[in-house]
Amino acid sequence: MPDSVGKKDQIYVCRCEEVTLEEIDEWIDKGYDTVEELKRVLRVGMGPCQGRGCQDILMREIAKKTGKHISEVEPATVRPPAKPIKIGLLAEGGEE
Amino acid sequence: MEWKNTADVVIIGGGIIGVSTAYYLAKEGMENIVLIEKGTICGGSTGRCGAGIRAQWGTEMNCRLGIAALDIFEQLDDELGMSVGLNQGGYLLVAYNEEEFETLRKGMVLQNSLGINSRMISLKEAREICPGLSADDAFGFFFHGRDGHADPFLTTFAYLEAAKKMGVTCFRHTTCTGIVVEDNVVKGVETERGTISAPIVINCAGAYAQFIAKMAGIDIPNWGERHEIMITEPVAPGVCPCMLMSFSGNYYIQQRPHGSIICGMSPEGHPEDFEMKTTWNFLEEMSRTLVRLLPRTKGIRVARQWSGMYDMTPDAQPIIGETDVKNFYHSTGYSGHGFMLAPVAGKILAQHLAGKTPDIDFSMLDYRRFARGEHIRESNVV
Ligand SMILES: Cc1cc2nc3c(=O)[nH]c(=O)nc-3n(C[C@H](O)[C@H](O)[C@H](O)COP(=O)(O)OP(=O)(O)OC[C@H]3O[C@@H](n4cnc5c(N)ncnc54)[C@H](O)[C@@H]3O)c2cc1C
Ligand code: FES
Repeated sequence: MPDSVGKKDQIYVCRCEEVTLEEIDEWIDKGYDTVEELKRVLRVGMGPCQGRGCQDILMREIAKKTGKHISEVEPATVRPPAKPIKIGLLAEGGEE
Repeated sequence: MEWKNTADVVIIGGGIIGVSTAYYLAKEGMENIVLIEKGTICGGSTGRCGAGIRAQWGTEMNCRLGIAALDIFEQLDDELGMSVGLNQGGYLLVAYNEEEFETLRKGMVLQNSLGINSRMISLKEAREICPGLSADDAFGFFFHGRDGHADPFLTTFAYLEAAKKMGVTCFRHTTCTGIVVEDNVVKGVETERGTISAPIVINCAGAYAQFIAKMAGIDIPNWGERHEIMITEPVAPGVCPCMLMSFSGNYYIQQRPHGSIICGMSPEGHPEDFEMKTTWNFLEEMSRTLVRLLPRTKGIRVARQWSGMYDMTPDAQPIIGETDVKNFYHSTGYSGHGFMLAPVAGKILAQHLAGKTPDIDFSMLDYRRFARGEHIRESNVV
């Protein structure tokens, strides 16, 4: 077995949510081949960094496995706020 | 995946209702079941919901459905061979005035008569269940420990994977554009990818079910109501281990096992639309509620906000059953509680279609009840 395959369970695509390449490949094989669906089933991209650290790798893996061009892979829907804001600040009307 | 021109059953909608219905139909031995979804699985209300599960309801029908669904949820991991993320921290209902307290108390009496062990609790006990709760202005509290929540994605995917193993076919990115009806009998569905002939068609299109019904000339009083929701960054457990909910207070708040706090409230004016809009106003309102109830959330950051459709009906109870078009069925209109009812909803409709007596008689959920004026409105909804 080539090295890169043997280590798939140790390669973390998403560090925040600890999702491995092996898990991602497994679910792509089951037909979950969009960023949105993988996010839903594995929480990949839902960590504190909100996918900044993993979405590109995830999209490349989907493109590779499905034979699509990377430009055909849809990124995840952006769900605001883009920057985490403290509840206390929001409660005061954000005026502070 | 190879296209199918014929099927024994076509289900429209890849949310939790359509998927669970497909699973239970296959379990009842039905073959050649095809599910079509215009986008991706969980792309509708299901993937946007709070995923709370409770049996504390105000109508007998909802109580019966709620407790039966809980019974199923409690053994669902084993049944489906995958974890659905069930977490039973209970629902803590907060009443703010005498009238609301009386409504909830009556609900509790009804629930108790149906085997649901909900109970009235003191502020002290409420604080033990939900540490840090600040609710001196509350009139009373009710609690049911078996209530909780599950992961909406995992639950739907677990049902889908189990259904696929039993032969169910699922076509994503396949929009239903018409219902084929001949002599008032359903004959199949038209889609953007071609027609599928089928003797039975089930409409599980959630807030969009009204449009599917229309395709067969059926009018159902069902509409989409936009609800906003938000989730915080993960923090240490214990901030809100139960689901904290109030109907007059207009909130539901719960901390998830991975530490994030998820919460929502009803929108002002109950906007009827299909825009998945999010507003700054919601963020501020919700945050004020959080700080008031759970002061220690002040320093926690909001990670995401989004919105989704409540799949409403005039009495906030679902529409299940056949329509004036023979063999054209509905399972929709869950009015903001379709996630929790999905296991039992799928099961009873499948039992009925398999010619069995369903575990729960759902004939009163026939859509013609509205025209007959026979509906009783559910009081326990946010
Ligand atoms: C903010 C929010 C919080 C909620 N909280 C809870 C909660 O705590 N507990 C609870 O039980 N419920 C909750 N709900 C309600 C719950 O989400 C719904 O009742 C439930 O998901 C309904 O499932 P469904 O399968 O009927 O609908 P959906 O998940 O909406 O599925 C319907 C599917 O039909 C598809 N469709 C539509 N038109 C077509 C077409 N023409 N062709 C093919 N497919 C089509 C859609 O794309 C969609 O995927 C909440 C909802 C929201 C919005
Ligand atoms: S690395 Fe995936 S969410 Fe942060």
